[in-house]
Amino acid sequence: MSFINKPKVRHPDLPRNELGLTRRDYEGGMSTLCAGCGHDTVTASIIEAIWDLGIRPEQLVKLSGIGCSSKTTAYFASGAHGFNGVHGRMPSVATGANAANKNLYYIGVSGDGDSLSIGFGQFAHAIRRNVNMLYICENNGVYGLTKGQFSASADIGSKTKKGEENLQAPVDPVLAALSLGGSFIARSFSGDRAQLIPLIKAGLMHKGFALIDVISPCVTFNDHEGSTKSYAYTREHYEPAVNADYIPPQREIYVDYAEGEVAPVEMHDGSRLLLRKLAPDYDPTHRGKAFNYLRDRLREGEHVTGLIYISHNRPEMHEMNATVDVPLNAVPYEKLQPGAAGLEKILKRYA
Amino acid sequence: MAHTAPAPDRLNDFVIKLANVNGTGSASANALVMKAIFRMGIPVMGKNYFPSNIQGLPTWYEIRVTRDGYVARSGRLDLMVAMNQETYPKDVREVSAGGYLIYDSTWPRSTLLTREDITIIGVPLAKICNENFVGVRNRILMKNVCYAGVLCALLDIELDVIRQLLAETFAKKQALVDSNMKAVQLGYDYAKQHLECPLPIRVSRMDRTAGHVMIDGNTAAGLGCVYAGATVGAWYPITPSTSLMDAFKGFCARLRVDQETGNNNYAVLQAEDELSAIGMVLGASWNGARAFTPTSGPGISLMNEFIGLAYYAEIPAVIFDIQRVGPSTGMPTRTQQGDILSCAYASHGDTRHVLLFPANPEECFYLTVTAFDLADRLQTPVFVLSDLDIGMNDWMCPELKWDDAYRPDRGKILGKEEIEKLTKFHRYLDRDDDCIPYRTLPGVSPKGAYFTRGSGHNQYGGYTEDSEEYQIVLDRLKRKFLRAAAMVPNALIEGPGDREVGLVAVGSTDGAACEAMHILARRGVEVDYMRIRAFPFGKDVEAFLAAHRTIFVIEQNRDAQLRSLLTLETGVEKSRLRSILHYSGLSISSQVIVDGVMAELGEGRRPSVTVVRK
Repeated sequence: MSFINKPKVRHPDLPRNELGLTRRDYEGGMSTLCAGCGHDTVTASIIEAIWDLGIRPEQLVKLSGIGCSSKTTAYFASGAHGFNGVHGRMPSVATGANAANKNLYYIGVSGDGDSLSIGFGQFAHAIRRNVNMLYICENNGVYGLTKGQFSASADIGSKTKKGEENLQAPVDPVLAALSLGGSFIARSFSGDRAQLIPLIKAGLMHKGFALIDVISPCVTFNDHEGSTKSYAYTREHYEPAVNADYIPPQREIYVDYAEGEVAPVEMHDGSRLLLRKLAPDYDPTHRGKAFNYLRDRLREGEHVTGLIYISHNRPEMHEMNATVDVPLNAVPYEKLQPGAAGLEKILKRYA
Repeated sequence: MAHTAPAPDRLNDFVIKLANVNGTGSASANALVMKAIFRMGIPVMGKNYFPSNIQGLPTWYEIRVTRDGYVARSGRLDLMVAMNQETYPKDVREVSAGGYLIYDSTWPRSTLLTREDITIIGVPLAKICNENFVGVRNRILMKNVCYAGVLCALLDIELDVIRQLLAETFAKKQALVDSNMKAVQLGYDYAKQHLECPLPIRVSRMDRTAGHVMIDGNTAAGLGCVYAGATVGAWYPITPSTSLMDAFKGFCARLRVDQETGNNNYAVLQAEDELSAIGMVLGASWNGARAFTPTSGPGISLMNEFIGLAYYAEIPAVIFDIQRVGPSTGMPTRTQQGDILSCAYASHGDTRHVLLFPANPEECFYLTVTAFDLADRLQTPVFVLSDLDIGMNDWMCPELKWDDAYRPDRGKILGKEEIEKLTKFHRYLDRDDDCIPYRTLPGVSPKGAYFTRGSGHNQYGGYTEDSEEYQIVLDRLKRKFLRAAAMVPNALIEGPGDREVGLVAVGSTDGAACEAMHILARRGVEVDYMRIRAFPFGKDVEAFLAAHRTIFVIEQNRDAQLRSLLTLETGVEKSRLRSILHYSGLSISSQVIVDGVMAELGEGRRPSVTVVRK
């Protein structure tokens, strides 16, 4: 933990994005999480992704609930508005915020306690509504702030630091999202930034609800032997199935790849995802096959990672509601009511 | 229960009650009768007592014909239309002495259930309908329309008015107009042939409803949301608030569709529960839209945590609580004013909220607009405390008016240029010394960015666990709330103000209180009357309480919640506040109030300052 303020001094040669901003311009407050916390790596990955995408900080809205993960929205993009709500209810705040202004980028950061226990209902319904946002679940299988109780994502047989064994079946956010009609579902690991950063970019650019479940070990309460969410266990049982490279619109595809290994997927704004299949028989555009594959690997104790599933065919919330292009918070008042004359007409029915 | 004998002149002054089975179409027949009387220029009041059920349970509709324009129940009953076998014994008992009862004489009724002091009228409604209509469902529906025809003959309701109303209701379906009119005519003709028409209780054309409408409070509030410029509505269906969102949606479907694109200038989000509904409202309001949620008591209970966040993080929100009978699930289709305290202090920690109390649909419309303005100006949740009686019954109200010069008061929101002129933006700093800080919206300027949190924060918007920093913000919030007393709608006071006894009421008890005041005056008990329209209480409320030696607080709950709030939040001595409480689930009648006051003051008894009647 650190209480020092970050120095404002910047090296003049720091690389700049297309807006002329450096990575420092996308940083936030100093993290107060434990040294080595997986969440800080996720934060760094978010900073890298939004800097590289060239999103204006004020065009970003950060939302979170309660818990260690939810603190992290304070640690990036201090030029963006943040909303740290109540425990487990970030999805509803994000839904309302998004309803009011469809033209901003929404990024929600949550954890396994916030999303899969107290907030499981809101998590599920935000997926069903296909709210246009990136939703990162920093998943460590444990309650950190209350000092080490199991969370709903703890695997059967996983042990607490004190040796207590979890006997209840876990909630897997990825399997849940697949069954709830999620339109962009990914899993990654805080220890694999090369995989995570492109997924964050793709998730932000995806039109609809993009879930990234990030296994993000808790160094203080869940990084011991017997834990299935430790760094060591995750590295050992980590199975990337499909990695995705995000290619912005108009940018050349320059990655080297062997024939048949890569499938480009067009995004709604003209950008592309290059899907690199590491498991040759995996199909991230087929919900049922993806579900079966994950379940089979899970039986072997393997965490399948990468872009698990993507669909561009599901309408997002505003499309379902057929809202106007102008954000609802900016529709001129004159357009919202028919005035005194209109009222007189309306009241005829009640006379 | 039988009440007093009918007064000699009952022209345009009597009460009808219709006992039905729900799901049989009786509501439309009853509304038809009420609307016809209204169209004849005679003031009416209608109350629907319906079960929390879709089909098969007892339901009643009460119509008070009131030439004096009273809007509450009187407490008496002159004519019962007893269409429900199951409730017949109870329905017979309820008629006031000298009154009338109509029943379906197709099948004989037990003589044990007759009464000597009322006139019982049999009409073979089922027989008439079976002979003239085909199909079981149709016969059931038409039976109700048929008794409407009987009532037209017995009460002198004009058939032309009925015909016109049916034509309006079924606009493009002439067959339905014809079949309904046929049923009306059958009932009418039977009554004319076999019964003595009209009864001494009857109607006669007046001109007292011109410039008025019959509208329910939820519709009026939904319309208020449209006129306030609300663009995001989030809700979870709950009786009796559902029709508010239905109304908003209905109006928007007609008024808010962009003509060029066919797209919507609004979003209605049906949430998975009330927690989510209020979360959506806060997200949308925080992001600069006007947003609201309609709910009822159970929803308020669920929303508590978020309401505290909105209070502390200073996020506007408009919450409609269409109160129903509690505690717990209670009686969802009955009315009460049982959420006054739970709304005033909703959420843990030190919180107090602005409440508005509309007394009728007309105020539901105007106070809705006020609620949005106050929420934006004060950056806090504002509750509109309506109830089932106001929300779901059609009330006669003066036509709603709109001032085209109105523009929403969006409060202190900094625009891009204003933000960029600042050295630094501080979300919770009291720059204007009026206890209201400035806010910024996402998407405008990186300089305006701040972190909204329900955790401890200082006036600069930063996280804090420092006692002094925390208290600075908390104390300002208290001052902000107290200042709101001067911004909320004033109390309405009737009477010279210097009488010894005062009545105090809120919301839907107003009609009964006003009428009780008149009845009391006729009995020689002169009282002043104050209707409170908002919390925090203004100076006018304090002054009224201070000026009256004995004060009756009239409310529709068991625990005297308004009285409690008055004792907590004003300087009034507790001993001067008596309670008149009514919490049966049916709206209060003027009789209850008159009885309550007379029990204390009547027959030469002087007001006592020591007796507290709870």
